[in-house]
Amino acid sequence: MTEPARTIVNVPAQAKRGEVIEIRAVVQHAMESGYRRTELGELIPRDIVRIFRCTYNNVEVFRAEFHPAMAANPLVSFTTRATESGTLVFEWRGDHGFSAQASASIRVS
Amino acid sequence: MLRFSLQLVGVAALSVFSVCVQADIPLADRRSGEHFMRAETRAMQNDPTANPATFALLEGEALWQKKIGSADKSCFACHGQAEKNMRGVAARFPTLSQGRLMNLEQRIQACRVEQQRASPWPYEHRELLALATYVGTQSKGLPITPSNVEGMQAHRDAGRALFQQRLGQLNLSCAQCHDARWGAQLSGNPIPQAHPTAYPLYRLEWQAVGSLQRRLRNCMTGVRAEPFAFGEPGLVQLESFLMWRARGMPIETPGLRP
Repeated sequence: MTEPARTIVNVPAQAKRGEVIEIRAVVQHAMESGYRRTELGELIPRDIVRIFRCTYNNVEVFRAEFHPAMAANPLVSFTTRATESGTLVFEWRGDHGFSAQASASIRVS
Repeated sequence: MLRFSLQLVGVAALSVFSVCVQADIPLADRRSGEHFMRAETRAMQNDPTANPATFALLEGEALWQKKIGSADKSCFACHGQAEKNMRGVAARFPTLSQGRLMNLEQRIQACRVEQQRASPWPYEHRELLALATYVGTQSKGLPITPSNVEGMQAHRDAGRALFQQRLGQLNLSCAQCHDARWGAQLSGNPIPQAHPTAYPLYRLEWQAVGSLQRRLRNCMTGVRAEPFAFGEPGLVQLESFLMWRARGMPIETPGLRP
């Protein structure tokens, strides 16, 4: 990876305490399954995102393992409860040392 | 008796003729490919935080500013703000430029080689598609206004002839599906009218952004014909005809299709 992978995260800017909020995160990644072959019949090595984690003020609120059948540019959507103002950090790790990070802040009133 | 059978032949010939030459879709009945998608896919397209083509758009935006080639020039150095100076440009392509029929990707490629003095990208290169997506998006919502440069009509006519030309082992023309049978089902999927309003677009089937030429080649292999090579003049003529056929419809780049 020459440039850091692009990410898009969608977190509500503000929420009421105790409210269930929806969070969406997308990472730019080709998710090469490892099952495809080139025109010459050579196997294209697997290159996928393996782990996605989201922490909310350093507490893990969501984690997912990715597998070869997942689409390129995987989109993850999940909910959590707004507990306090702070930062959500998103982290993706994958094959060949792939790593991407994003963060978003939320104000809870 | 002889006269009767001649009449029959005449009727038969007439009906064969009417199958071959389809009338154009009336302007008011034209629908973008968006119309034929599921609500979920449309929602994904219209939400920039869910549409994967957004990545191509962001990449194109960065490339616009990037100095490259032995001229060490960026797109911005000549063209300035894309939001201002590229507005409406994609709605006019393909057009004649330097005496050659070019689509938007070919025009970008020509700039890269002649102005930036960099080596050309291969067709469907990610960066080329990203720049085309970025330039295309500057025309989002604007009506398609086909170029009226002298000589364009001949290319459009050639494109129309190709559109109506039966091809491949299935012996089908574009018009037979997209003029005569739009809205019907083809292996479970609705047949759209084939208006190229959202290119380059992200196709879920491709798992990537691709050009109109990639899509046209798909249909050619679909009817089991030998597809035209990328950049072949016939393909650009077909593009010119399709853009004319979609004249006045709004540009939707960056699009998403199933």
